Amino acid sequence: MTSQPSEILRVTDLRTYFPVRSRGIIPRTIGQVMAVDGISFSLNAGATLGLVGESGCGKTTAGRTVLRLVRPTSGKIELDGQDITNLSTKELVPLRRKAQIIFQDPYNALNPRHTVGKIIEAPFLIQGVEPPGGVRRTVQELMERVGLNPEHYNRYPNEFSGGQRQRIGIARAVALKPRLIVCDEPVSALDVSIQAQILNLLKDLQDEFGVAYLFIAHDLAVVRQISERVAVMYLGHVMESAPRKIIYTGPLHPYTHSLLSAVPIPDPKRQKERSRILLEGDLPSPLNPPSGCVFNTRCFQAQERCRVEVPPLVEVAPGHEVACHFPVATPPAGGRVTPVQLGDAAAPEAAAPGA
Amino acid sequence: MSQSVDTSQGIGRNREAYLSVTDLVVRFPSEDGIVHAVEGVSFSVQRGKTLAIVGESGSGKSVTAQAVMGLIDRRVASVSGEVWLDDEELVAMPDEELRALRGAKMAMIFQDPMSSLHPFYRIGAQLTEAALVHQKLSKSEARSLAIEMLRRVGIPAPSQRVDDYPHQLSGGMRQRVMIAMALINSPALLIADESTTALDVTVQAQILELISTLQAESDTAVILITHDLGIVADIADDVVVMYGGRLVEAAPTNRLYYAPQMPYTLGLLTSVPRMDRERVDRLDPIPGNPPSAVNLPAGCVFQPRCTYSDRVLDGACLTANPDLIAVEPDHYVRCHLPSDERRRIADGVLASLAGDPG
Repeated sequence: MTSQPSEILRVTDLRTYFPVRSRGIIPRTIGQVMAVDGISFSLNAGATLGLVGESGCGKTTAGRTVLRLVRPTSGKIELDGQDITNLSTKELVPLRRKAQIIFQDPYNALNPRHTVGKIIEAPFLIQGVEPPGGVRRTVQELMERVGLNPEHYNRYPNEFSGGQRQRIGIARAVALKPRLIVCDEPVSALDVSIQAQILNLLKDLQDEFGVAYLFIAHDLAVVRQISERVAVMYLGHVMESAPRKIIYTGPLHPYTHSLLSAVPIPDPKRQKERSRILLEGDLPSPLNPPSGCVFNTRCFQAQERCRVEVPPLVEVAPGHEVACHFPVATPPAGGRVTPVQLGDAAAPEAAAPGA
Repeated sequence: MSQSVDTSQGIGRNREAYLSVTDLVVRFPSEDGIVHAVEGVSFSVQRGKTLAIVGESGSGKSVTAQAVMGLIDRRVASVSGEVWLDDEELVAMPDEELRALRGAKMAMIFQDPMSSLHPFYRIGAQLTEAALVHQKLSKSEARSLAIEMLRRVGIPAPSQRVDDYPHQLSGGMRQRVMIAMALINSPALLIADESTTALDVTVQAQILELISTLQAESDTAVILITHDLGIVADIADDVVVMYGGRLVEAAPTNRLYYAPQMPYTLGLLTSVPRMDRERVDRLDPIPGNPPSAVNLPAGCVFQPRCTYSDRVLDGACLTANPDLIAVEPDHYVRCHLPSDERRRIADGVLASLAGDPG
């Protein structure tokens, strides 16, 4: 498979497993946490793909593996046409100019002993880039661009609020005008009034620099705001992937339906009219995922086949891929709460304590 | 309409309500100066009703809840105002008496169940502790009560789970244990402080459903502290909006969403991405940052971020803290804008929100 020219990122059957070792003098590998278990997607230059799912679904590991911050177990990652799956740390350094990351927690992502200026100029020094006009001036222009006061060049991260710190992280990420930025929950630690400011800033920077975003978040409303395409993940697998409009208005996977119905909307009358699909139980352990479809233990559509056979991700309409044996256009109607009957609802609970 | 929000300043307590807070002020000393955490907040809630307190971090919503629960160390902080819980005043109450009420008549669920459960003790031991303090029970009776509570909050195989340690449970299950612990003495007032914020949406849906069910069973008064306007729309009867330690708007839920008047409330409603509306390319955020509680702006606390304050003549927003005015019998607003101007602004903003998802 070769990348299209406009494609900035292509991921094929990517797997990232973390070994679990026994304690003792001679540790043995006794299991694998299958954090990412065979996902494929591609991202065009200047576009945004939203990767959405609940905690433990593997979205963060996927984002880190794509940047090779984590070594993949198998599969292929192509960045701007180049296979980076097996590059060494040294070989990866020049690629960091092309791909960057913005972290969730703006408090821990910045070195508290470095001034803002030093933090934002680091990419230039590491990559040996001398921008026209000098590093300091460029850094101050960047600060101004992301909405920070350039006079605060010599201040330390603790002197800034959460939203301002996230702006520092964004300035650092866009400093070298990368082609791809992995945004890992960039607004989830921020207050709602600040979230909107940061989402607008990310959008403006994309329009300006043509950067592509792999936007990882659990908040479906935030993902809808910023993404052109959305992939829904569950337990290491992509369940459904489609253009934004289809995911939010015509999804086919039972999990997507459940996720959308669980988000309360800020409109009391409409919220009270909505029917909610209550999933029973919790996410099963990725150490010991269910056989067949990983969602079968909580799915209202589950049948015998789902417990045996893994549904492949198939294209059901142009650009709309679903991994389900029994996709549904309309979720089960009924009252405000649709009870979901599960034959062995308690089983995954007992099998996976702490999942 | 419901009478459960009564935020009139200087007016006595709402005697019909189970909890009535009037003119609550909480101030902490700090190295940088006095922290004005809560500045004159009044509200009330009846049994069987849910009051939501909405605000961003630093708005004083959690401190308000802690003050109601008597969890603020009064040797350090200054707490004034009145908190009436079912005919007893709590602000002036000695610690001993407060301790007898806490856990028995009022209980609280915290945001992070992992740091609120003790990792060394089995959940059964932690559950029964609260029951043994407040009720005359034998150990075996307390244990069966603990199992019964776990069953009520939907934990499978409760008679085995009661001997688990907190780390053996998932986040959603731990939050259920927290709820079981809060409800074990059947308190008439339950305060949930961001109790679903750390949970996934599908688990959050389960927990909200659970709180509503338990509330209906025991006619509990619930105070829900959150920043999520979706949750408020889902389960609250009345809403109090806090900003910079002050109550800036209070109304029944429908009124607050469909006829808000305070510019900050409008900003909250428009700045969140709305899944229920047509998608807009750019959001309309509230500019600037929330104020520091040490250095509150003079005049209206929201003025530095308010886009309408230039419409107020003689710059009153900069100099005078606006009074809380009743625009309807149960709808209170703290704003200097003239009422017709406020309504005009709100109509314009709400109209811009119209449109179905696309």
